[in-house]
Amino acid sequence: MVQLSSTLLYIAFVLYLIGTFFFGGTIRDKKGSGRTNRWATFGIIITIFGFIAQLGYFITRWIAAGHAPVSNLFEFTTFFGMMLVAAFIVIYFIYKTPVLGVFTLPVALLVIAYASMFPREITPLIPALQSDWLKIHVTTAAAGEAILAVSFAAGLIYLIRVVDQSTPSKRTFWLEFVLFCLITTLGFVGVSSAFAIADYEAKFQWIDKNGKKTEAIYELPALVGPHKGTLEKESKDRMQPLVEMPAIINAKKLNTVIWSLFGGAVLYFLLRLVLRKRVAAAIQPFMKNVNLDLTDEISYRAVAIGFPVFTLGALIFAMIWAQIAWTRFWGWDPKEVWALITWLFYAAFLHLRLSRGWHGEKSAWLAVIGFAIIMFNLVAVNLVIAGLHSYAGS
Amino acid sequence: MEQVKCECGHVNPFGTAFCEACGKPLEEAEKPLLDMRYEGSARRSQTYNKTVIDKIWNFFSSVKVGVWLIVITLIASAIGTIFPQKMYLPPNVTPAQYYEDEYGWAGKLYYELGFDNLYGSWWYMLLIALIGVSLVICSLDRVIPLYRALNNQGVTRHDAFLRRQRLFSATKIADDRLLETIKERLAKRRYHIREENGNILAEKGRFSRWGPYVNHIGLIIFLIGAMLRFVPGMYVDKVLWIREGETKEIPGTNGEYFLKNEKFTFETYQKGKENAVFNAAIDRVGSGMVAKTYETKAVLYKRVGPVIAGEEPKLKKIKEYKIRVNEPLKYDHYALYQVDFKLNELKSMSFALVDKQTSKSFGMITVDLLQPKEKYDLGNGYQVQLLSYFPDFYFDDDGNPNTRSKVPNNPAFVFKMFAPDKPKGEVSFVAIRQTIEPFGNNKYKMAFAGIDTRNVSALTVRRDFTLWVLGVGGTVFMIGLIQGMYWNHRRIWLKRTNGEVWLAAHTNKNWFGLKREIQAVIDGTGIRMPIDQAEIAKKVQGGDEHGTA
Repeated sequence: MVQLSSTLLYIAFVLYLIGTFFFGGTIRDKKGSGRTNRWATFGIIITIFGFIAQLGYFITRWIAAGHAPVSNLFEFTTFFGMMLVAAFIVIYFIYKTPVLGVFTLPVALLVIAYASMFPREITPLIPALQSDWLKIHVTTAAAGEAILAVSFAAGLIYLIRVVDQSTPSKRTFWLEFVLFCLITTLGFVGVSSAFAIADYEAKFQWIDKNGKKTEAIYELPALVGPHKGTLEKESKDRMQPLVEMPAIINAKKLNTVIWSLFGGAVLYFLLRLVLRKRVAAAIQPFMKNVNLDLTDEISYRAVAIGFPVFTLGALIFAMIWAQIAWTRFWGWDPKEVWALITWLFYAAFLHLRLSRGWHGEKSAWLAVIGFAIIMFNLVAVNLVIAGLHSYAGS
Repeated sequence: MEQVKCECGHVNPFGTAFCEACGKPLEEAEKPLLDMRYEGSARRSQTYNKTVIDKIWNFFSSVKVGVWLIVITLIASAIGTIFPQKMYLPPNVTPAQYYEDEYGWAGKLYYELGFDNLYGSWWYMLLIALIGVSLVICSLDRVIPLYRALNNQGVTRHDAFLRRQRLFSATKIADDRLLETIKERLAKRRYHIREENGNILAEKGRFSRWGPYVNHIGLIIFLIGAMLRFVPGMYVDKVLWIREGETKEIPGTNGEYFLKNEKFTFETYQKGKENAVFNAAIDRVGSGMVAKTYETKAVLYKRVGPVIAGEEPKLKKIKEYKIRVNEPLKYDHYALYQVDFKLNELKSMSFALVDKQTSKSFGMITVDLLQPKEKYDLGNGYQVQLLSYFPDFYFDDDGNPNTRSKVPNNPAFVFKMFAPDKPKGEVSFVAIRQTIEPFGNNKYKMAFAGIDTRNVSALTVRRDFTLWVLGVGGTVFMIGLIQGMYWNHRRIWLKRTNGEVWLAAHTNKNWFGLKREIQAVIDGTGIRMPIDQAEIAKKVQGGDEHGTA
């Protein structure tokens, strides 16, 4: 069952990838101009099959584990990717815009690939998670975030189409920055997979901030080493760290960040070398048939649909469960606070849009920032800040 | 108060931008399109700005101010997550020291700025309160005039009103029956249709306009609920540490309820005992390293009869319950939650009175570490006296034995041993792995013979009368949000003037949906599809974004 589950996830991943190419094909179609055509039909069918495969992954894993597979970082992030695809499929049938697929599916692919870099075993539930609210709260929250992420995809399309690439400006810089971040995720996945395939492992003895001897296992060559770290016997031939970190910094995580940035930078540099212009400038010509008003509408509609779902899942259900499990409905845990921040941000977004007429480009930038906040909550809060919610991701 | 009478006869409040009934613009036109946001109604904040109250009202009624408040709260909240808040620090540390030790100068600064208790700080509370004020004033400023305007709207609209709608078309038409077809189609799409002199107003989803105000009411109820927390008696938050076998009064219940801890169980996931799919995960962290269950098998009692000082309470058993994480024991608005535990706390220690030379034992004593006896008679003239007892023993600064607490973490005893041949007794100081004989060489000793332990469970006692208020607030908020977000208010006006049919339409959002609907409704009738005048305006301006929602 576990094997079947993994295979289904793999199939889903491949189908999303193929689906992306089909949606990509719609752009080149001159007559298409955003309307449905054969490429798009194939694209959406493949995407739906991919979604069904991933649903199969989800169900079989649920049966195997005996609990909803949303209990660790891998499972949650994968589920988020699945919901992103689901949200895209729904929005696709409302607005029939293949170009949205060209952006949403790669984001979903990145999310799933990112998830796979974390321990993938089925984990037994700790007492705090043994509740029906696990599935209720986590799935609704993920669905809400996924719908909001569609808004990001639409916003990104809008920006790529509308930002003037003829001269460098703040706008071109930040747009490139957004794309660079996406590429860095790919860099992280690439570097991590490469060393995982090579079975790289370096064990360090190091002294933590309490002066205790501790062991750290690096899965990437140590560019930055832990405090007073020495390689253990079995990893004697592994690379010596270039720099040693003080004890209060988690050197292993920093090392991963540096490698990801490095991987991302190499990819980005190669892209620039091939394209000979900004990445956004290279994509822009393909976006010229995009209907700006429609894209803006989709971006806003996704927030309008996603915001109530997010509120329900990430705040209301969260509070109910927190009251049951942690004795209080609210405790200023970092994850809670960042859910509140996300909520406040989108509340501001809606007010700016409805009352102050922030449409079009301004609204698109906001959609991008909103997604950055969601990703911060998913990545940084889990791995860096860590509170009660922190999953056992390394 | 001054009022404005429109040529259609309707009397509008002072400050109205266009007539509530017929829509004739009452103020000079600046933009080609009417600002339909609040139906041109006379909002207090847009009309008066003289007194201090006006100024305060206008300040808080501004969405701009509201958004700034949200953004500031957002940034402040984020700052609070940079380092852990005071409440999440490990116990027994001084915050001032901890922040500096852990995070260096940044931690020190964080602490000095008071960010260690950011969410409980006066200024954070003030921000939330200001948001609350803004919610109330923003809503009142808009909802009352909006209600008036929508309630007073007429069917026949002024030409200028229709022409200045975002969606507008005029069609020369001969056949009047077409309008019947349109009416039927609109009705089928659940439009509410009003007719007057052959003019039509089709409207649906007006209730979605109230969504924002409903959700704001929900938020205000929620904030009031959160404030009620500080009213005495609304909220009980106590911790009860209770040992296995103990029956204790539940704190916060005024002596009304008692709890007995029959057994505390702590289980971990063990390899081999669990579903095989978990093996890989268990291997990663090690067998027995992941918690599976925290459970207190408890019995709840209620006191019967009056409270008499110094007398044992009479208890009536109410119920037995296994308290686990996620499964609190609930009774009479109280809830008991499993929150902490301590395994294997020392319960009693046993010693044998032994002749040091022959190792012969003259009997055993068992000292209850919570309620030790003063004398232990072993018969045949052998007796042990407990002169001093230090449950949590350490040597203080003066070098004297002392105790840190009443919890038997590290018990130490001063025994006086009596035997037929030692009638005056011998004194011996006994601690774990340590024996001191202060007055020279003893003949007898207290030989350690074993310990008995038990588990201690920590339960949080909670009674929270604010929860239902918060629940109501949350529910109302969700209803308002869904009402406002998942429906939209669409209106289509059809007017006959000079052999033409004028069609204008407005929606508060989702213009694409409205356009598609109009397209379907007028399909085949010969009426022209309305032009999106906002889009045209945008193209003229050169692509800059403007518009109304």
